[in-house]
Amino acid sequence: MVVETCFSSPRTDAFPAGLRVLVVDDDRTWSKILEKMLKKCFYEVTTCCLAREALNLLRERKDGYDIVISDVNMPDLDGFKLLEHVGLEMDLPVIMMSVDGETRRVMKGVQHGACDYLLKPIRMKELRNIWQHVFRKKIHEVRDIEIIHMTRSGSELFDDVHFLDGQDTTSGRKRKDADNKHSDKDLGDPSSTKKARVVWTVDLHQKFVKAVNQIGFDKVGPKKILDLMNVPWLTRENVASHLQAAEGRRHEKLCIGMKHSDSSTKDSTAGSGLHNSMNVMQDNMSNGSFSFSVSNSCAPNVDLKGHEGDRKGITSGPMAESRGTFSTNIPDPRKAKSLQISSDHSLGPVDSVVNMASFSSFSWNEIPEIQFKQEDEPLQLDDGFNQQSLPGLPHRMLTEYLQPAVSVSPGPSITEKVATSGGIEVKPRCDKYRSNHIKHSCPTEAVGESHTLNNQVFELISTTSSVKSPDIIPNRLTESEFSPRNLNEGVVVEDLQLCWLQGDCYAMNFGLQGFDCTEFNNAAMIPETPFHLYDEPRFDHEHLFDPTEYYTIDQGLFA
Amino acid sequence: MEVVQIQRTLMDYTKSLFMEGLLDSQFLQLQQLQDESNPDFVVEVVSLFFDDSEKLLNELTIALDQPSVDFKKVDSYVHQLKGSSSSIGAQRVKNACVAFRNFCQVQNIEGCLTCLQQVKQEYYLVKNKLETLFRLEQQIVTSGGSIPMIEMGF
Repeated sequence: MVVETCFSSPRTDAFPAGLRVLVVDDDRTWSKILEKMLKKCFYEVTTCCLAREALNLLRERKDGYDIVISDVNMPDLDGFKLLEHVGLEMDLPVIMMSVDGETRRVMKGVQHGACDYLLKPIRMKELRNIWQHVFRKKIHEVRDIEIIHMTRSGSELFDDVHFLDGQDTTSGRKRKDADNKHSDKDLGDPSSTKKARVVWTVDLHQKFVKAVNQIGFDKVGPKKILDLMNVPWLTRENVASHLQAAEGRRHEKLCIGMKHSDSSTKDSTAGSGLHNSMNVMQDNMSNGSFSFSVSNSCAPNVDLKGHEGDRKGITSGPMAESRGTFSTNIPDPRKAKSLQISSDHSLGPVDSVVNMASFSSFSWNEIPEIQFKQEDEPLQLDDGFNQQSLPGLPHRMLTEYLQPAVSVSPGPSITEKVATSGGIEVKPRCDKYRSNHIKHSCPTEAVGESHTLNNQVFELISTTSSVKSPDIIPNRLTESEFSPRNLNEGVVVEDLQLCWLQGDCYAMNFGLQGFDCTEFNNAAMIPETPFHLYDEPRFDHEHLFDPTEYYTIDQGLFA
Repeated sequence: MEVVQIQRTLMDYTKSLFMEGLLDSQFLQLQQLQDESNPDFVVEVVSLFFDDSEKLLNELTIALDQPSVDFKKVDSYVHQLKGSSSSIGAQRVKNACVAFRNFCQVQNIEGCLTCLQQVKQEYYLVKNKLETLFRLEQQIVTSGGSIPMIEMGF
């Protein structure tokens, strides 16, 4: 059989038209019919009649296909094996087909990771909607990348950081299974060991902040901080990762205000500049230093007027300045090494911000101003908020966050990155948490009232219709090893999450105020919090959204 | 014969094939897939079906003729034939294959042989009918007419 090759780049503009389908079927009649049907759907079709041939095609041209449709019975290789290979190597959605519709077979297909199982004779209408599998995958990948990168950079460096379970496992297409086994914490990933998780509670964080301020941000080092904090069980690694995350956040904050004019890589305008700058930062970090140099394309528009006196190291000047100010030398070689971000994670946690940013409804230039304005306002989170109202906000926020995820067309870049990071497979378990979250959703007026800006945000958020799982939140709760300190802290947590959901640093400021971190002048600290929200998507859905537990800054998140 | 008459003959003939269960709605699907870019689509697909099926039937004959019958192999061939026949809507061939597979699973050689006969019979019948159908279509086309689309109630 002649293999038609139509290698082309993905056409996201006309989606689903142009969807690149690889049909694997040894039956010549079906091959021809499927090809015709798919072409009628305006998909690009490549056919082959051997499984090995299919694998070769897929390997030759990674990212050359969007979806694979394969018959179960192939002469050279069992369709299920092909399914596994494709899932492992290319991580593409695979649809199985067969004239045999026996339940056992179908189940086997699903177990091996098929995203659908079609019975022959296949009707055109069934093929018309296969694009949904591609779409769904993209959404989940975007989310997963963010989550993974957020947690990974920290967790791999520090032993006691608890990590996403199964993030390295890409056995077949086990996402669906993973999704449903939210209570199954450990998917048997050999590379990620479960360690005790350090939860950065408000209390702990405040100690951290105090220590940092005492030392002076530019002289700060994990050891010094640890000594000052006087928390016996805390290790230097914990502090180091927390610090790293904080600095990461600060860097992002700076970048957020930057114009993205020169960025060329990404499609999304808001994200691209940020992405470039993030990558630059990433590179720097991987060099083992904390210096935050920003790429030339990022012009620091950060308006720090209101806070210059307070913020050490953040200037509105050129980045070169900030580089000097922010850099912290790490005398300890071990630290340096541990802080190095492995090359696998080309997208650091920062990228999650990028993604978030692209979801954010605010323009990039707006953000820093908002941030600082907000800081000027007396935010009294502790008092001004009705406990009850807060829980709802994060949910909405998450909804907002998750919702826009759909609209982002990640494009090839994200997928590639996922591939390079080893096929991380973490899927937020959305649906199960739905009910839990819905219970907690409350009107946002209470919070909104106090802060005009928040009102804007909430309005935007409340327009979101879907109640997609704020699954990220509960997950963290279950992982928390520390019981909630007090309700006030919980309140703060909510806000932080809220802010995070907005996907922008400003929110963090808002939240931090609630911490009563008045001493904490350092803007760098502020961005930390949002990352918590992207903690591993292990969701113990039994845990309801408990505001007090909510604010647990997971060590891993600070990566 | 006038084009209109041939067209009518074709319509009636095709309908009868459906009525007798020789063809099912999948065949209609094929006809609907045919368009200007692929005016011979149905004929091409059906020709492929004929080729593949005959090969499979030969293999089956050989396999069942062995002193020690490899039922897994036989089952595999029947499965393929079932798939092919479903592709063009050769309903009775497909049904015969289903029965055939049952005998394979219980490793009943007699049953298998009988089923093979059945499958062959059904196959040659539908092949014959389809060839007649295509001839009628050809006549219409060469006479300048167009092939009427069948609208079946089912």
